[in-house]
Amino acid sequence: MSTTLPPAAAADAPLDTYLLNMGPQHPSTHGVLRLKVTLRGERALAVEPVIGYGHRAHEKMAENRTYAQFYPNTSRQDYLGGVIYSVAWAEAVEKLANIEVPERAKIARVILSEFNRLYSHILWIGFFLHDLGATTPLVYSFEDREAILNLLESVTGSRLTYCTARFGGLSQDLDPDFPRRAREVLAKVKARWPEFEDLIDGNPIYQERVKGVGIFTKEQMQSYGVTGPALRAAGVPYDVRRVEPYGVYPRFEFEIPIMDQSDCYGRYMVRVREVRQSVRIIEQALDVLPDGPIITKAGLGSKFRLKPPVGTIYHAVESPRGHYGILLVSEGGTEPWRAKFRTPSYANLAVMVEVMPGNFIADIIAILGSIDIIVPEVDR
Amino acid sequence: MRLLGALRDWMGGYIGEFWATLFLGVAIIMSFLPFNVLFLVWLERKVSGHIQRRYGPLHVGPHGALQTVADMVKLLGKQLLTPAATDRWVFLFAPVLVFLPTMALASLIPVSGAEAFAEMPIGLVAVVAISSITVLAIFMGGWASNNKYAVLGGMRSVAQVISYEIPVLLSVLAVVLVAKSLNLREIVEAQQRFVWYALVLPVPAVIYIIGITAETNRAPFDIPEAESELVAGFHTEYAGMRYAMFMFAEYTNMIVLGALGATLFLGGYDGPFAPGPWWLLLKAYAIVFFMMWMRWTYPRLRFDQLMSLAWKFLIPVALVWLVGTALVVVRIG
Repeated sequence: MSTTLPPAAAADAPLDTYLLNMGPQHPSTHGVLRLKVTLRGERALAVEPVIGYGHRAHEKMAENRTYAQFYPNTSRQDYLGGVIYSVAWAEAVEKLANIEVPERAKIARVILSEFNRLYSHILWIGFFLHDLGATTPLVYSFEDREAILNLLESVTGSRLTYCTARFGGLSQDLDPDFPRRAREVLAKVKARWPEFEDLIDGNPIYQERVKGVGIFTKEQMQSYGVTGPALRAAGVPYDVRRVEPYGVYPRFEFEIPIMDQSDCYGRYMVRVREVRQSVRIIEQALDVLPDGPIITKAGLGSKFRLKPPVGTIYHAVESPRGHYGILLVSEGGTEPWRAKFRTPSYANLAVMVEVMPGNFIADIIAILGSIDIIVPEVDR
Repeated sequence: MRLLGALRDWMGGYIGEFWATLFLGVAIIMSFLPFNVLFLVWLERKVSGHIQRRYGPLHVGPHGALQTVADMVKLLGKQLLTPAATDRWVFLFAPVLVFLPTMALASLIPVSGAEAFAEMPIGLVAVVAISSITVLAIFMGGWASNNKYAVLGGMRSVAQVISYEIPVLLSVLAVVLVAKSLNLREIVEAQQRFVWYALVLPVPAVIYIIGITAETNRAPFDIPEAESELVAGFHTEYAGMRYAMFMFAEYTNMIVLGALGATLFLGGYDGPFAPGPWWLLLKAYAIVFFMMWMRWTYPRLRFDQLMSLAWKFLIPVALVWLVGTALVVVRIG
């Protein structure tokens, strides 16, 4: 299935259509994203995402820095997946350079990553409702996110752009009090579930706005490479943590929530259920968190003079938005010869060209919000 | 009230009673409405704050009460931008026109048993007629801005207000049938003799509140300005005091339509102990508070859902109630 874009700005464009430039400055494009929307009345005939306003050449930067120097860049690709991206970079380089990671660090990485996923999803619920016109859920979700951020800040030192992972471990050890505080936060998050369900799920206006809106077919998602909750909402249990396990995820019990509708409501429900699974993983991980070093001696020493052997690796993780992959090519130097990042939002945005036409302006915003787009990740 | 009457008599001795009433009425309304707007904006921020587990404004004045005054001073100091490609005179006139009908409406609402600034035997018809002028100003503003978001907002506003006037009218007609009068003061007096019409006509009362929420373009029916879709909708291109005029109009509309709702359904100025105007204000503010509560609770409806709510649900229900009320009134006599 392909869509031909009617050239709205061209001289032979039909007179009853017009071109609306949504963005790069627009309250709901989640950053500097521009949507060229061809409209007839309120209905979109074609939507063309225009990207690159926030392009910072992360891949080129990776080629000009040592492996360790690239850490700060990782969480600046996806500002809501900082821990996961930082850990992904560490794991990719560890794979390339064969660095061992102590047991405690492996488990701690899972705990921090899942807390990251937790707050990303919770915040998404707020922002999605904000896109639909309800302002209050955003503030509520910030409250939960705040608790998680305070917890992460206490062990990593930062709140948004974490570069907490190190080759061979983590930069700081979890303090002895951490499991107790983590459980407190989890209890707080869990106590909020019924409230969210009543206020959001039980709201007839919300149901009207999201059910049957923005249906992605499996074929479209396959051809554009859509991953993450958007794919799982179509009933495809694709989760990198399960299909290409990394870290210590195989040790934990968790489900891959799927829905069949593949609409905005399905994507919402998948995230709501994933929040529960993340909590489940964290609880298991806290139970088995062993004592021991958080980083190996070799890892500490690798900070400045890491020279991985010649080789090419591909490492994928499940970011809150989908399949995040790092391709690293080493020629034996202190800097990667090539680093390629496969970011989920980029592919998830591309499918908009197929999905958006025929929808109302209000639905365009809802669909764009429903894939949890992070624009710096699209542009990199 | 007595003081006001004395003042009017004294002035009437010099310029005639008609001009004295006009002068006093305009003076009172013109001084009340801006203060009311300042209060309502503050109230909205407080209500939203507490709904969202925050405090809202806190630092300027006691409990942030002077925050809106500070905001107003800021807006006064802003440059009045007129974009180059606008339809200049329409653009400049729209913020003025949007405010005028609400002022006129305020003068028609009876504030106590004796005094109404402009009493008409068909006051209700006048209120409904005048209140539909606002949408013209909103559309003028949207159209003249020469901005696609503004045009979309203006068009949405026209469709929405015209659709929602019908259920409002039908629910108001039910009141007219029961009260057997179009005079607002007589409607209140009929309620004094009987009971508040919200109790005998609960469904029209609810439809009225939904309808005025849509007519004042407030969430969940705020699609003409739909922040997350149309940036700011019809007033995207307005800055400074011109923007403030649209805000003025929105909040004035809320209180005036709230006062009208109080008059029609909640017994208007009627109440024990305190004089009439206080009761009217209290009831109007209760309705306004309810509208704020809705705004900070619900997501926005989509445009087509908004239309189908009006045409497929509210209008049929209001019609059924109207016919039912008519039958009951005829049967009882």
